[in-house]
Amino acid sequence: MDLRIAHLYPDLMNIYGDRGNVIALSQRANWRGIDVEVRPFSVGEWADADWPDVWFFGGGQDQGQDIVGADLAGKNGAALKKSVEGGAAIFSVCGGYQLLGHEYVPETGPSIPGVGILDVTTRAGKTRFVGNLLVNAPDGYLIGFENHSGRTYLGSSAKPLGTVVVGNGNNGEDKTEGAVQGRVIGCYLHGSCLPKNPWLADRLLGWALARRHDDVKLGPLDDAAEKSARDQATEVARTRS
Amino acid sequence: MPDALALIANAAGKLTREGLRVTGRGGTALPGLVALTVDPDFITTLSSGLSHGVVCVSGTNGKTTTARMLADITRAAGWVPIHNRSGSNLDRGVAAALLADANWSGEPRGDVGLFEIDEAALPNVVARLKPRVVVVTNLFRDQMDRYFELDTLAKRIGDTLATLPVETTFVLNADDPLVANLALRPDAKTVFFGVDDESVGGTVPQAISDATRCPRCKAPLTYKRVVLAHVGDWSCSSCGLARPPRDVSATKVLLGESWSEISLAGAIGSVFAAVRVPIPGLYNAYNALAALGAARAFDIGLTEATRALANFRPAFGRLETVDLEGRTLRLVLVKNPAGFNAALLETGRKPRLLAALNDRDADGRDVSWIWDADFETLAPAVEHAVITGVRGRDLALRFKYAGVPKERIEVVDDWRAAIERAVSLAPRAAEVVVLATYTAMLELRAALSHVGAVAPFWED
Repeated sequence: MDLRIAHLYPDLMNIYGDRGNVIALSQRANWRGIDVEVRPFSVGEWADADWPDVWFFGGGQDQGQDIVGADLAGKNGAALKKSVEGGAAIFSVCGGYQLLGHEYVPETGPSIPGVGILDVTTRAGKTRFVGNLLVNAPDGYLIGFENHSGRTYLGSSAKPLGTVVVGNGNNGEDKTEGAVQGRVIGCYLHGSCLPKNPWLADRLLGWALARRHDDVKLGPLDDAAEKSARDQATEVARTRS
Repeated sequence: MPDALALIANAAGKLTREGLRVTGRGGTALPGLVALTVDPDFITTLSSGLSHGVVCVSGTNGKTTTARMLADITRAAGWVPIHNRSGSNLDRGVAAALLADANWSGEPRGDVGLFEIDEAALPNVVARLKPRVVVVTNLFRDQMDRYFELDTLAKRIGDTLATLPVETTFVLNADDPLVANLALRPDAKTVFFGVDDESVGGTVPQAISDATRCPRCKAPLTYKRVVLAHVGDWSCSSCGLARPPRDVSATKVLLGESWSEISLAGAIGSVFAAVRVPIPGLYNAYNALAALGAARAFDIGLTEATRALANFRPAFGRLETVDLEGRTLRLVLVKNPAGFNAALLETGRKPRLLAALNDRDADGRDVSWIWDADFETLAPAVEHAVITGVRGRDLALRFKYAGVPKERIEVVDDWRAAIERAVSLAPRAAEVVVLATYTAMLELRAALSHVGAVAPFWED
């Protein structure tokens, strides 16, 4: 079995240590004997957008986000949409999450269109949400660190990834964090997210592998170190926030 | 002569300092905070009495070492620096250093202010200190929870520097595109430093590059040489912006296990003997160049300056070595991916590690940065890693995902127990490399001073 991971704009959307998500997906596949290939997809037309099983899209600086937004407004945005329709999964964080939505509405000036893969809209907020983020999801909790000023609101087609226990999440108002729509996930969890939330990593792996393989069954791994890091981070989030 | 309010602030700060000393605590910030609460203009008033003026040293990595090198250089020139040596680098740290070295009438017992300044605090502090010289070592991603985006920070610093008097000299790293473009005014006085040894660095941009785009026109930058992250021989093929000519440059860099040697060339064409700085690492060669650039800005002779560098002693947690039970502990402060990657180059072939990760305010509350650091390069070599700290388990997970086998990783929660374990795992005469974030290093230092291995750091 083999897995193809596409790292979206690794040169521009790479500022918050989100690279750990690609490392987590790769290693958790490797440890199960699955061959992994990771390819970067950056600005400029993508030759083979049918290639990836799963895309990772991280957070960047405003400048990077502007360049990426312009790139996705062209053929590459359409290619990404087609890839999702063809069964590929996406895991996105922060800026990447915002760019997958319908639009980003700044405080002044015209709104910046997104790809529209996720039924969410983001508006600029006056203050920045910075701190540990603990989320209760239907299949387990999620722990990470948020750092964003955008406020994201979900439309009816997107379901929240979970409910905020500590922190602000999507918008600091409705207690939701992240969005799930089909095999596409967006969230504000840095940390990196997937190493400390291995159940979510495995869910994405299952989705990704199912695109080209039948009867995918992921065997269990020894997650003692993951659990230990999760517990410690959760304790910090609960007691210091 | 300081005004009445400054005098009261000075006295209040001094009394606080005495109080802390009596109770056995180091006062590196609180006395300054007290003085600034009494008189917000305290640092402006007291620093105006310094005959050689003030130099501010800022940037992401290398501030403390560069400032210490510069302190040695100014002393060698016969000056008396007032210096926030302990690395307390916000305005209160500056105030604490000023009042510690002033008499009760608020007159400084020194003639040059030498202040390491936190890069996020730099705009505010330079506006108040009106320094004669500003040194910026480099700008890398660091503590994203506090500094936020690097582009925004660079812009804030550049905008503030443009408001300083035209006599101010900016000493800037030519090899860092974010820093090289901080002097926005065409008439700004600059001293650029950089490394011109073609054999230093590779050709492949690193994953942690923070400036893949031209600071002026936003087109992709191209590199003839990449030294670390986005530092190197850069240029923009679109608008033509390029690495500025170096006023102080290293034409040859040799790196030893405990030293770095640079052959200097100045734009004035003088030739100097090679300088051997007694601390290892390419980044310390850069720190030495920054300090020499500042000496140049102050018109201190380079021969004098290089002699001072040859006798340099490293600062708290900056490649300091400590002996314990026949083993050598090498303390390396790491706080961001670029610093970590630079430290990696110095860990030796089969490192035994004691690694500590904290997430207090001074460390950065977001530990995500460890996933940007290049543990993958380190992993195959690791002999053993004892891991501790408030977020030690995140660090252990990072080692695991980098491919270090489980039996080589051990988490020990207590600081002292972690030190003892790391030492006991190393054979006699072996070296243990201690990698720690700021407050974790303080904790480890405290534990080490308990066993008598080091002096408390404020006595340093």
